[in-house]
Amino acid sequence: MSLSRNDVAKVGLLARLALSDSDLDTMTRELSSIVGFVSQLEKIDTADVSPLAHPLDTQNVFRADVPKPSLTTAEALQSAPRHDGECFLVPAVLGDTGAA
Amino acid sequence: MTATPTAAAPFTTVIGLEVHVQLQTRTKLFCGCSTTFGAPPNTHVCPTCLGLPGSLPVMNRTAFELAVRAALALGCKIAPFTKWDRKNYFYPDLPKGYQISQFDLPFSSEGALEVVDPKGALSRNVRITRVHLEEDAGKSMHDEAAGTGDTRIDLNRAGTPLCEIVTEPDLRSPQEARAWLNELKLLLVYLGVSDCNMQEGSLRVDANVNLHIPCDGGRIAKTPIVEIKNMNSFRSVERALVYEVARQYEEWQATKAEMGKTPKQTRGWDDPAGVTRAQRHKEESSDYRYFPEPDLVPVTVSDEWLAATRDAMGDPPSVLREKLAATWKIPPYDADVLVNQGHELVAYFQDLAERVGEGKVASNWMQQDVLRTLNERGGSIDAFPVRPATVADIIGRVAKGDFDTSRAREIFAEVLASGRTVDDVVASMGIAAVDDDELISLCRELLAENPRVVADVKGGKEQAAAGLIGQAKKKNPNVNPGKVRAMCLDLIRRM
Repeated sequence: MSLSRNDVAKVGLLARLALSDSDLDTMTRELSSIVGFVSQLEKIDTADVSPLAHPLDTQNVFRADVPKPSLTTAEALQSAPRHDGECFLVPAVLGDTGAA
Repeated sequence: MTATPTAAAPFTTVIGLEVHVQLQTRTKLFCGCSTTFGAPPNTHVCPTCLGLPGSLPVMNRTAFELAVRAALALGCKIAPFTKWDRKNYFYPDLPKGYQISQFDLPFSSEGALEVVDPKGALSRNVRITRVHLEEDAGKSMHDEAAGTGDTRIDLNRAGTPLCEIVTEPDLRSPQEARAWLNELKLLLVYLGVSDCNMQEGSLRVDANVNLHIPCDGGRIAKTPIVEIKNMNSFRSVERALVYEVARQYEEWQATKAEMGKTPKQTRGWDDPAGVTRAQRHKEESSDYRYFPEPDLVPVTVSDEWLAATRDAMGDPPSVLREKLAATWKIPPYDADVLVNQGHELVAYFQDLAERVGEGKVASNWMQQDVLRTLNERGGSIDAFPVRPATVADIIGRVAKGDFDTSRAREIFAEVLASGRTVDDVVASMGIAAVDDDELISLCRELLAENPRVVADVKGGKEQAAAGLIGQAKKKNPNVNPGKVRAMCLDLIRRM
């Protein structure tokens, strides 16, 4: 199995990575090799194996609906590149608000 | 209702809805931060909902149980095994770079919610495709006035538990969509799943709509599906759909563009302008690169757990309507009006009906007096100053013949306005029960003054006695019209 340069360019766009032409060449070669390695798994017959949703054999881990202290606003904002003391500041984003 | 194409609408409108409701929990889905609305920005945040490295989500049991309650009320099948997935996309209000949602194994699917108009104008069973549990994103504020070009991000809402309800495209008109949403909201509020407050964002609706247009040769042309967003009220949903149906039909006539030949379009509703506008093309499902959330373990729901959730659920509105109609022998229309006002009003009615012993009388008073004045005053029925015992007292005095219903209405209004007791109001309004001696002399007076009425009644025209009531009320506003009539007829018969 190999990836096309277009596949890699699309993945790069979704990951918001600015890839130069030479980056794309390198990435296409390296990602294809990784995908090729993993694709060995396809040789295994999994007809009788049920899908694994989680590697741990644990289920139903819950917490009670009880409030806990939050951070202060100053603590929440302290690592932000830009803020106005109340909110995180980011460059204006056009378009709708993604998914909900 | 446009079930089949008609001369008025030469096509069938096909609508499906996607509804997000915020679950009524105290804390977020995966952390202990408060979900209280209206707090100052970024005061209900912690490492987990900020998506800081090293933090781990833990599922809120109440959120899961409320979501299951919603799904059960919608008649959905509950999956014995469910898991969560990461939906990856970049947006500044999504701090982790992914939303924890459910992809291929939602906790429930295949339900239905019927909307029925008691007047019989509308009845539609709308199938539910799936209900799943996910987290909300934060809030972006575009401060255009400040002119800085910055977007401010408040993450108080990030991680709030949401139930996403997806319907099959079973709705056939904008009016139906609105009626169905009203029923859904009523159901979720009744069961304590959500407050469904649209102003606070507790309920959000996206609508998918297209048209099926019969063409020559029996072929059905389907217009491209449009998803409408940004509708802030059920009224907006209806208006946006009405607009979009007309727009699609016009576009189809001009371009003959059909579904599948153009990508699915997202349009935003501009409420003041009353139009939908094209937004960017939606990313394809695969672009979200869903994969199982490794930080959460799956959930299995046992039969016992399901039974306990069902027991704790209470009656949905549809069942309550039937119970009220049967218990109190009131028409379906009355039961519908009462139930649609919510739990508290139904409790008030039941209290009143029990005291009065007559469901229909209690229902009439609820609709004509209590509800009308409640709507005028605003506020909740629990804060309504005239309690069921007082209304029952007034109704009881009508039954005893102390005064008639129109007088009783005035007393009710005065008790409400002044806050005084019924006795006080009755005394101050000069309303004293008219005793039988008084009544007899009043009726004799009336008959003496109205020989024609007496002659007419003797001639067999009993209805002529109605002319005496107004005169009787002028002489004494406290007389009971029914009693006056009966007494006059009795006296004439003996003459």
